[in-house]
Amino acid sequence: MHAGLEHYLTVSFLLFSLGLLGVILRRNLLVIYMSLELMLNAANLALVSFSRFNDNLNGQVLVFFIITVAAAEVSVGLALIVALYRRRQSAHVEDLTTMKL
Amino acid sequence: MDSLQNLIPETMLPDMMFYVFAGLTLGFGILVVANPFSRNPVTSAMFLVLAVISMAGLFVLLHAFFLAAVQVIVYAGAVMVLFLFVIMLLDIKDEQKRKIKKGFLLAGLLSVGTIAGLFIKGLHATRLDAHPSPTTEGDTALLGKLLFGQYVLPFEVVSVLLLVAMVGVILLSKKDLK
Repeated sequence: MHAGLEHYLTVSFLLFSLGLLGVILRRNLLVIYMSLELMLNAANLALVSFSRFNDNLNGQVLVFFIITVAAAEVSVGLALIVALYRRRQSAHVEDLTTMKL
Repeated sequence: MDSLQNLIPETMLPDMMFYVFAGLTLGFGILVVANPFSRNPVTSAMFLVLAVISMAGLFVLLHAFFLAAVQVIVYAGAVMVLFLFVIMLLDIKDEQKRKIKKGFLLAGLLSVGTIAGLFIKGLHATRLDAHPSPTTEGDTALLGKLLFGQYVLPFEVVSVLLLVAMVGVILLSKKDLK
């Protein structure tokens, strides 16, 4: 079996679904964050494979930017989690319901 | 080594490596999200490191060498160390096993399954007549030329974004937040 574009895309889709499942089902804020990272990585894989199979480097430049933005996002998000933990002593989404109607 | 080369023709090797790395990435991904043995966030973080590294292997197979290196350095290095720092800083005990409501589990699995099904169905419905071309190498020189030529404005904007993130993090982590 020759590994073509559709194989890479399938892996990317499965990984994205896995990340989504983690975001929906897990209740720990940190694990939800890790699942988000998994989803971003899946998008990166799709971009790189498109870039490779369509003879175009722009996709790889986009991945470069995504990695940078993901790093910024992680730092801000983790700072928020630390600030929340200081107030509530919990990193559990079920304990963070102040904004619930 | 010689017998191995006889066993596997050289053209087959990248494809086999694809299956190895894809399986590793998905397996470690499953262990990040739903580890049957441990609910500890540290375990999840360690498996995320492994998933990211095996994805770097996939990048190498796609001839994106620079991105593979960046992936290992930035993700597996910097981002995951940040994660581990925060986990240890918060000193989270093992997540006590809270019952996940059956309805939640069912709804989550159903929605994710639907989305995954849509993805795969869409992939099969599309005719992809793309083929790998030997000209697209993840060449650092070419990538650098693109980054500092055509994409120089986004590059600068991203650097400002990093600065903003840094200022925001310092502000957020002050003890007495006004």
